[in-house]
Amino acid sequence: MTDQLLSAMRQSVIDGDAAVATTLAEEALAAGMPPLDAIDKGFVPGLSWVGEQFGLGELFLPDMMLAARAMQKGLAVLEPEMARQATTRSVLGRVVIGTVKGDIHEIGKNLVGMMLSTSGFEVHDLGVDVAPERFVEAARLHDADLVGVSALLTTTMAGQRTVVEAIEAAGLRARVKVIVGGAPASAQWATEIGADGYSEDAIGAVALARRLLRVGETVAAG
Amino acid sequence: MQSTTPQRPGSSRPRLEILSSTAIRRVHEATLDVIERVGVRFPSERALDAWEAAGASVDRETSVVRATGELVERALRTAPPAYTLAARDPARDLPLDGQHVYLGTDGCGIEVLDPWTLSIRRSALQDVADIARVADALDAIAFHWVAVSAQDRPPVTRALEEVAAVWRNSTKHVQTESIVTPGEAAAAIEMAAAIAGGAAALRRRPVLSLMQCTISPLAHDGGALDASLVAAEAGVPVGFMTMASCAFSGPATVAGSLVVGNAEVIAALAMLQLAYPGAPVYYAAAQTAMDLRSGAYTGGGPEDFLFGAATNELADFYGVPLSMGAYATGAKRSDWQAGVENGLSAFMASVSGADMLLGAGLLHGSRIWSYEQLLLDTEIDGIVQAMLRGVPVDAEALALEAIEAVGPGGDYLTSEHTRAHMRELWQARYLDRRPYSQWEADPDKPHRDALERARTLLRDHRPEPLEPGLDRELGRIIAAHGQAAGLPVGVG
Repeated sequence: MTDQLLSAMRQSVIDGDAAVATTLAEEALAAGMPPLDAIDKGFVPGLSWVGEQFGLGELFLPDMMLAARAMQKGLAVLEPEMARQATTRSVLGRVVIGTVKGDIHEIGKNLVGMMLSTSGFEVHDLGVDVAPERFVEAARLHDADLVGVSALLTTTMAGQRTVVEAIEAAGLRARVKVIVGGAPASAQWATEIGADGYSEDAIGAVALARRLLRVGETVAAG
Repeated sequence: MQSTTPQRPGSSRPRLEILSSTAIRRVHEATLDVIERVGVRFPSERALDAWEAAGASVDRETSVVRATGELVERALRTAPPAYTLAARDPARDLPLDGQHVYLGTDGCGIEVLDPWTLSIRRSALQDVADIARVADALDAIAFHWVAVSAQDRPPVTRALEEVAAVWRNSTKHVQTESIVTPGEAAAAIEMAAAIAGGAAALRRRPVLSLMQCTISPLAHDGGALDASLVAAEAGVPVGFMTMASCAFSGPATVAGSLVVGNAEVIAALAMLQLAYPGAPVYYAAAQTAMDLRSGAYTGGGPEDFLFGAATNELADFYGVPLSMGAYATGAKRSDWQAGVENGLSAFMASVSGADMLLGAGLLHGSRIWSYEQLLLDTEIDGIVQAMLRGVPVDAEALALEAIEAVGPGGDYLTSEHTRAHMRELWQARYLDRRPYSQWEADPDKPHRDALERARTLLRDHRPEPLEPGLDRELGRIIAAHGQAAGLPVGVG
């Protein structure tokens, strides 16, 4: 029964079916399954499979997004029970993202947020037209490891520099990495404004975040 | 609504109609349905006021406007079907009469492949000036977009300095997509009026046109809307460009993304007509499909080419000129990919009747300016323009007398008919038609020739300068705008 349920949960993520994922999460709780098991043995293997197929070029970005959304809906059902049991999922890092002040483009930023979230980062999305001080506040509030700043226009990209400066001025720069993205940004621009990295696309942003936060590196003993 | 631009009698100009009249009608009706039921976001008080006064449903909380198809169609009816984009030099005016395809430079890049060092660097104001100067000299380029961003200038005056730099270095029409606030628009129009000889003269001879980007899906930027209203009020042509992309900011199907993009554009043009009936407006589009693996804007591919042809038919249906994104290859250098993408996109948009075509010279999805690519793009334009002349069939072209004179056997090398018509044949500048041995000895010659041509123009071409008093006036207007926006005196 448990195996069957876990297998169905895995499949719901592969199918990108949020409604089924939600129902199965409810069933798992009703059956007394520990929420972390439901996540790690049910939803996560589904997402991993989609990720592998995506890496092989067999599945596309919308497949990934649909799978991620299905998993998020399932997690939303499981989270209250996790909180009650005082268990938490381990996260790769905490990320704050947003589009700079004066710019209301969001699809690219949303894509990066979803990909980071899917990859195991805790993502706090501040939305669009975000003032530098809001990036700072959120970084402090969520104890962020990484701040991602999006800009789509040459006229608003200067705002990425302002965010780097604001984080510096707030004394957070030593422990918060800053990455930038958007059509007018470049690796050279990132270097020039003192950011820690740039990626041209969402997949690259995940790799960049992993690299900057040294995810997957084992700390040498002694 | 008219069906299509009538072909001039006796014209041999080929015309591709990729959508049947039924299909156009269905896209149109779906678009009206979207505007009426889903709505389009207009975050501008002035725009919302114009809609409300006309009886549209306006939600001030969300800025979403829902208008009936009847209202949208009625508003669009006052848009002028033809008008002229004026140039500093009247001989270079561009009548948008449906019989011409004008090529402009692309915009707005952020890096430049330096023509002397061949390294890539961030774009600056001098690049805007240099590109304008080279484009001024090229017959194939009919008008300018601001090709790259003057990133060394303060953001508050940047767009104005860019436009002024183009006027100072070219006598051709300037279209800009970087004027995105009402203050900038007012200052740009003040400059344009100074060049045209006053506000009334500018209305007759608009030496500037504005282009605003929509925010797909189904939204506009408030500043851009206000800037467009300032332009429409002054009689300066203004267009809205959709970049709704399949599976990203539009539905995955080409037809679906056409509907989303069309709703954005015609709703904006209708709003301008409601506010200023008869204001010159145009349709603009640069739609594409998302790359399914990376999520990137592709800038080339069959969907782009289909959009290019289909959008023309929509613009014709609404009876407004079209500024169509073509060229703008996704290739990183001037290579096979650049040739395929720019050739096909330019041809598809042209053969279906685009009035303005964007844009030559940028690589990597409109990011990197390349002088070599600019020259290679003018070659593509030459080929496309030659094809647009079609196959004229008349007694002289049928050449019966010459055929009779030469008879069976023989040749036409020395025929009088050849002497009279051979210069109508297209001649290559950069396509490599040399013998194999010459190619082997110097395979990169065409690319080098293109670059050298640009270098020669950069060194030697001296466009007609602005009259000194006018030049100072542009500087004064920019400085005043900068100070009003809080820049210290002497900057901007």
